[in-house]
Amino acid sequence: MNTKQLKQRIAFSIFGTMSFIVVAILVIILGFIVIRGMSAISWEFLTEMPKDGMTKGGIFPAIVGTGCLVLGSMVFAFPIGVLSGIYINEYLTESWLKKFLRMMTNNLAGVPSIVFGLFGMALFVNYLSFGDSIIAGSMTLGLLALPVVIRLTEEALKTVDDNLRLGSYALGATKIQTIQKVVIPIAFPNIMTGLILSIGRVSGETAPILFTVAAYFLPRLPHSLSDQVMALPYHLYVLATSGTNMEESRPMAYGTALVLVSIVLIINVSASLLRRRIQKKVKMN
Amino acid sequence: MGKGRRIFEKVVTGVLFSSSTITSLTVILIVVFLFKEGISLFNSTPTEKNYVIAVSKVNTVPVITSNQLADIFNQDITNWKQLGGRNDSIIRLTVNDLASIFTEEELGPNLEFLPVKVNEYVKATPGVILYLSKSQLPSNFEGRVIPVKKITVKDFIGGKHWYPTTEPIPQFGIWPMIVGTLMVTLGAILFALPFGMATAIIMSEVADIRLRNILKPVVELLAGIPSVVYGFFGLVVLVPLIQQLFKLDVGETVLAGSIVLGIMALPTIVTVAEDSLRTTPRALKEASLALGASQWQTLVRVVIPYSKSGISTAIILGIGRAIGETMAVLMVTGNSSNIPTSFLQPTRTIPATIAAELGETPYGGLHFSALFALAIILFMFTIIINLTVEVIKNRNRRF
Repeated sequence: MNTKQLKQRIAFSIFGTMSFIVVAILVIILGFIVIRGMSAISWEFLTEMPKDGMTKGGIFPAIVGTGCLVLGSMVFAFPIGVLSGIYINEYLTESWLKKFLRMMTNNLAGVPSIVFGLFGMALFVNYLSFGDSIIAGSMTLGLLALPVVIRLTEEALKTVDDNLRLGSYALGATKIQTIQKVVIPIAFPNIMTGLILSIGRVSGETAPILFTVAAYFLPRLPHSLSDQVMALPYHLYVLATSGTNMEESRPMAYGTALVLVSIVLIINVSASLLRRRIQKKVKMN
Repeated sequence: MGKGRRIFEKVVTGVLFSSSTITSLTVILIVVFLFKEGISLFNSTPTEKNYVIAVSKVNTVPVITSNQLADIFNQDITNWKQLGGRNDSIIRLTVNDLASIFTEEELGPNLEFLPVKVNEYVKATPGVILYLSKSQLPSNFEGRVIPVKKITVKDFIGGKHWYPTTEPIPQFGIWPMIVGTLMVTLGAILFALPFGMATAIIMSEVADIRLRNILKPVVELLAGIPSVVYGFFGLVVLVPLIQQLFKLDVGETVLAGSIVLGIMALPTIVTVAEDSLRTTPRALKEASLALGASQWQTLVRVVIPYSKSGISTAIILGIGRAIGETMAVLMVTGNSSNIPTSFLQPTRTIPATIAAELGETPYGGLHFSALFALAIILFMFTIIINLTVEVIKNRNRRF
């Protein structure tokens, strides 16, 4: 073997080891949380209110709270995101407006989540006087998810073959008819993947809900949109750092972490399975 | 096409257009609201509303800055000479101190004689500095109310002390947090860059489809784990480990923050770098291989130089991811407001400070404004990062 090949072999095996370490990091983190969390998981844990200074009982209100926030944020972000994705991709040619809108979307995507939290507090909680409420939290999370939905919608629309659009125009269809009857039906599964991915993103966020909706301890279910709720990520933060009895609430924290991670990962995995299925279908056609 | 149809199309286009403006509108609103709440910090003196600083008539110091005031009350400045005044040692007083100097009888049951006593005391003590509310100031005050300079941007950014709730003079210096944020971010990139690049190179240049099908989901899953879970893992695993390994008093350190953030920045770096490595034209690679270069030489001499701008984008986006991250850092870096001098000391970052303190801050006060001003700094960091990426992208397109 000459030195050239030796060099290559050494370099690639170092890189290989390093990427193996990356895999190992994921396995260690997930393994740790699954192993420690399993013993805390029970039917009661998932369906009961927290008790005794959050050292006993369950996390039901936090699960419901996160569900409310995800639903609320998507009701807001999904339609607006998809509509604006359609506008940017289908209506705009390479112009300054398209560049500008893309740049603003990227800027919004780069805004740190804590800044969204501050902004949500200043605008929704204080200025519009929604108070700490599901509506304020959902809107804040919705704004955070908006760039994700827009980008994924754009990507979904880009996969639609231009010839199909031209074919539709040739048959005398208008632009809107084309979008409605040709483009969206084809891009639909990919748009849905985008929706699922943004749900995954939203359900794990803590910083944006800190000052807009999250309750430290609220052992009841929300009655209206102006209620505060507990949420899984914030509950985990509370249990991990500021519970009244940290030692005793540790098992609850592990359990909460496992539930949160499972929800987020199930969402992500189902999105990528859906995507793979679509790709296969496209290939077969 | 019918008239109704045309109106319908117009309406739909209008709706689509308005939706697409929401992101821009939000960015603008974020700027407006951050500045609206944050800017009032720089229009205020650090003393509370309706409070004044009184000194003796013989005192020659014309005005006093907020940092000097804080230094006086922290006893770092003890003589008026240090501020260019007379050689009198400084006697710091608040109204509560007066209550212990004079008896209850002397001050009266409802403090009605307080103004008189203030006058007496200020007259007799040339070195005095007295912090009191306007209503407690005698109408015929025989001392001087010394004007306090407003907090400046320089005080804010360069100030070395963050004591937002100290009485009577709070201090809003964010230099320790800027240093902390930059150190944690730097550490994160030092960790994430080699591992991220190695993984990206393996994925794009070496791996067969089977290995790629393992690595890609791994990276996606790493990106999907919520930051609070990373923080929790760091808190219960990494922090004790670091504490034992380096025999520290506390394991919550810059290093812990760097590692956690590094892991979180990995997916960004891998994804962006891999995408850019893949854009290298096949013809270029094959030409290099045909000239007898090894795959490694092709990578180093052809692929990496070709995708240089993409790789820089990956690094910058990784920095962006790390700099704004809140919950994980908050949980593992120890929240000390000292300036860290090594990676084994606790620190606090800008986002962590906001998250930790805003909940307990009364609305509209100075502390509240200061946290929004911090958010402005953070927002500026991220805008600079985004614009840099934008510039790199555009420059690249020209060639």
